[in-house]
Amino acid sequence: MKFLRPIIVLTVSTWLLVGVAYPLVMTGISQVVFPWQANGSPVRIGTTVVASRHVGQYFDENQYFWGRPSATIPPYNPAASTASNLGPTNRLLISHIVQRIHTLKATIPGLRTNQIPASLVESSGSGLDPDISVQAALIQIPRVAKATGLSPAVLKHLVDSQILGPQFGIFGVQRINVVQLNLALYKLVHRG
Amino acid sequence: MSTQTVITWIVVIAVFAFTVKPLGTYIAKVFTFQPTLLDKPLTPIENTIFRAMGVTRQSAMTVKQYGLALIFTNVVWMLGAYFLLRVQGIMPFNPQHLKGINPELAFNTAASFVTNTNWQAYSGELTMSYFSQFAVLSYLQFVTPATAVAAAIAFLRMLSGKKMGNFFVDVTLVVTRLLLPMAIVVALVLVGQGVPQSLGPYLHLHTITGQTQTVPQGPIATWEAIEHLGQNGGGFTNANSANPLENPTAFSNLIETISMGLLPVALFYTFGVMTGRKRLAWTLIGVAGVFYLVMLALLYFPEMAGNPIINALGLHGHANMVGKEMRFGMGGTSIFETSTMAFSTGSVASAHDSYLPLSSLSFFLGMFLNMVFGASGSGLLNMVMFVIITIFLMGLMVGRTPEFLGKKIEAREVSLASIAFLMHPLLILVGTAIAVASPIGLAGILNPGPHGLSEILYAFSSAAANNGSAFAGLNAGLPFYEVAIGVVMILGRYASILVMLLVGASLARKRAVPETSGTMHTDTVLFGGILLGAIVVLNALTFFPVMALGPLAEQYLMMAHHLF
Repeated sequence: MKFLRPIIVLTVSTWLLVGVAYPLVMTGISQVVFPWQANGSPVRIGTTVVASRHVGQYFDENQYFWGRPSATIPPYNPAASTASNLGPTNRLLISHIVQRIHTLKATIPGLRTNQIPASLVESSGSGLDPDISVQAALIQIPRVAKATGLSPAVLKHLVDSQILGPQFGIFGVQRINVVQLNLALYKLVHRG
Repeated sequence: MSTQTVITWIVVIAVFAFTVKPLGTYIAKVFTFQPTLLDKPLTPIENTIFRAMGVTRQSAMTVKQYGLALIFTNVVWMLGAYFLLRVQGIMPFNPQHLKGINPELAFNTAASFVTNTNWQAYSGELTMSYFSQFAVLSYLQFVTPATAVAAAIAFLRMLSGKKMGNFFVDVTLVVTRLLLPMAIVVALVLVGQGVPQSLGPYLHLHTITGQTQTVPQGPIATWEAIEHLGQNGGGFTNANSANPLENPTAFSNLIETISMGLLPVALFYTFGVMTGRKRLAWTLIGVAGVFYLVMLALLYFPEMAGNPIINALGLHGHANMVGKEMRFGMGGTSIFETSTMAFSTGSVASAHDSYLPLSSLSFFLGMFLNMVFGASGSGLLNMVMFVIITIFLMGLMVGRTPEFLGKKIEAREVSLASIAFLMHPLLILVGTAIAVASPIGLAGILNPGPHGLSEILYAFSSAAANNGSAFAGLNAGLPFYEVAIGVVMILGRYASILVMLLVGASLARKRAVPETSGTMHTDTVLFGGILLGAIVVLNALTFFPVMALGPLAEQYLMMAHHLF
């Protein structure tokens, strides 16, 4: 079988090149050039790693800002990323959204449905979306203010300071990383 | 439409427009063995490999040898991948101590990655060790697009009257001259944006709410680079490029989107350079480009208008954000998804199952046509297949002998092209019919009503088109789907490649006929229009009934606020 030799040589040589050398050498280069990003962009308080910069976390306590609904089990589980995959005419999709609206209205005094951004009651693609819209943060201020004792004005200032513009001013959308926002809030509360 | 959406779209399309000519010319130079930029560092390495193979750069094969070499090599890769997945538990680079893969899933995954489909009936972060990810699956993400590009290059050599070339040489050159250099650059950019690239264990966090969180790590950036550059599309994790670990920013989203299209678009121009018919190449680029823009619009506008059932609840904002991520914006999300379906990649930056029925038509359009540039190599072969069928239909209508590139199109070429065309709907529709007629097939559905049919139809379309994305509500982990989808992927992949190689060989044997005043010209806007019309009519006739039962039925029921 005259193809045997070239098949073996092709497979072994390309495997060494792109199956082994490429990932390993690139890992080495990345660890030198971008050590923080290459290791999961860890965010620390003191020496404790409390977050990964781009990965969302689950917040359901009144003293924190909440992120978008997550379909992972448990919510915001990066080791098992998934979307809900519910179709647009699925009864479950609508009941999940209605339920989420009720929860928000029950915990935020004076909240009207037409103030709630759709993205805050619709689950994300990965279950790990760290971002919410600015409006989604602003409407939660009354609840957070009541639970933390901080004044709405201080919280408004905090939210404003956490707004991320479109990347390089031109790509993506204005948003707030809810994990970063809550970390800033945590520092504010635990300092004073 | 927001400024960011407009700018994102313009940047993506401009990059394709400005790279198509230089990159397409570069590819033609590499495979006609002319001097290029990377000769100095790469030629000695390649020559060593060719010597060890016992071939030279210029050695040529017959079409039979080329086809057999392609098949045998792919069989070896598939068996190797199957074996290595089965024994994952005893292999190195497995810090999470993941076990070996069961036989059905190992077959499905090996078939999936060797056919450039990257359909995944598993969650990467829960199932695959780092070794399986980079040394088995990511390896196949290099050599399987190389297989299709090699076949397309061989086809172009035959059309241009040259020797067919050597399969082993061609695959090596695609890897060394195209995929590897591009992957190195893209991987580094992605790491800079925040995609992990390490071999360490998963990250354990202690959050401020007193919880712990486990964040997967791994050689993710190198995976993402070749996943997109080779139109593979399999995610390192289950959520694929929706996961912030694979696609952390709007810019990384843009880079991945552009990576998918560079080679498929450029290869259309390579067709023009190698056959000496650049005007025809521009016609084909124009036709595929029109379909691309139609898909983009078909996706974007319904999603912006939103789901009427949800809109009736009276929330702030209408856009459908179910299964989408905030950071890309609707503009970035829609051009990513358009690209993944047009270029037959199959990675996703959002959950396709949660799109509105009308927008899902864009997904189906991409998979049915499979030539809106398509995956590197195979998309070009599909486009030429439609060109041959269209020329034949035109010839019938005006009563002239159909000619393509100065060669007569006769019964043999038309029969072969028709086989390649019909294989696709045959696999999709028969596969779907079997699944919906059997309880084991129906058991996989997540969403009831017409959407359930769409889920199954999507699965078989994705497999036949070697796309690999999914309406992921469908439980692809059922043994029925693992085996059926695996078989469809293999037939969908090799049948069309081999048949088109035979078309090329048949055309190569013919004597060129001189151009006369009676020759039908294929490099005109008129022909482009007829080609576009023929593609639309052929596919509409084939797929409209099943579209009416799935997405269209659901669209009307959704407008009537009907829930299932």
